[in-house]
Amino acid sequence: MGDRPLIYGGLCLFVALVTFPVWKGVAAQSSTKGPEVKAVVDKKQCVAPRAYMREAHMELLVAWRDGKVRRQERHYTARDGTVYNVSLTGTCLTQCHGSKEKFCDSCHEYAGVSAPNCWGCHTSPPAEPAKMAAAAAGEMR
Amino acid sequence: MKLTRKDFLRVLAGSAVAVGAGTLVHAVGSANDRESAEAKNGKKRWGMAIDLQKCREEKGCDLCSRACHRSHNVPRLPDPAHEVKWLWNEPNGKVFPFQQNDYTRHALGETVPVLCNHCTNPACVRVCPTQATWKRGDGVVMMDYHRCIGCRYCMAACPYGSRSFNYVDPRPHLGAPNPDFPPRTAGVVEKCNFCEERLADGKQPACVEACPRNAMVFGDLNDGNSPIRQLLSGRYAVQRQPELGCGPSIFYLV
Repeated sequence: MGDRPLIYGGLCLFVALVTFPVWKGVAAQSSTKGPEVKAVVDKKQCVAPRAYMREAHMELLVAWRDGKVRRQERHYTARDGTVYNVSLTGTCLTQCHGSKEKFCDSCHEYAGVSAPNCWGCHTSPPAEPAKMAAAAAGEMR
Repeated sequence: MKLTRKDFLRVLAGSAVAVGAGTLVHAVGSANDRESAEAKNGKKRWGMAIDLQKCREEKGCDLCSRACHRSHNVPRLPDPAHEVKWLWNEPNGKVFPFQQNDYTRHALGETVPVLCNHCTNPACVRVCPTQATWKRGDGVVMMDYHRCIGCRYCMAACPYGSRSFNYVDPRPHLGAPNPDFPPRTAGVVEKCNFCEERLADGKQPACVEACPRNAMVFGDLNDGNSPIRQLLSGRYAVQRQPELGCGPSIFYLV
């Protein structure tokens, strides 16, 4: 019976270890709620319903990309009849969602999605172009 | 009459030649038909005529090139080995290598503006393994940078050197970027797109608009009444190395 303290001590340690992520979360005051993404403009409706965009925005973007580049489909008619210019920077970001950092990245980072390579070429308005211009001015002549 | 073995073989060979020749004639004929059918059903074929006399008079002018590179975010890289260009001035010996003699060199001008020829039978399109470059119905040879894997087969195939590879990230070298046209990324090939983004808005290409002498005339080669066709029917024009069979859509008025 002399082992009782050892057994209970071990059990306590085990429970503490197993529930460690919970305590860590409580200590860091994090929550399971996702990031608050907000459109910078007061528009109620995206080019497609919110639920669809949450699940399938990547499919819509790929359809836009292929349509514009390969089939010259430069306009997109939404379900409510609004016609949008097919453009990631010009329409999605400039007209509604602001910047890549504030909108795209906040969700992708939270969800641990590896960054899509859109931004290898496409730019996020308007901070990046200015930054790029400043960098280029410093480097050139 | 008895047919000998030798005669029989002669007749057989003769028939084979006749059938082969017929097929060939038909193929050539239908190719011509296709061209004229295209013109008949209103299909466009964009082309450009460049007046070398005007370019020669404005020696050293590169306004077209600058307008093009500015509007398409073409970088200016410090290392000439990494140079990216869509439209530039090239010494005439490199543009018309087989038309060099003491008397015509002057007529062609020291440098000649060159760009993608948007060929009717483009070599780059045939070799591209991913169909990242293809020929549109209106004659524009397009690039899909999303699909380009950077293999550079197209660069090897293009006899005019119209394509450039992005060896480095072009974005830090853009000067004042045009936010309406995405720059490219390291690892893709790029070239002149005949300003397809401007054509979609009913505008003329940026180089044509930028030229103060109207040395560049852009238009539909399938339309007999278009200004470019009027010009081509009135003046002598050359293409770059037409003997290669690519069928360039850029014509140089001499």
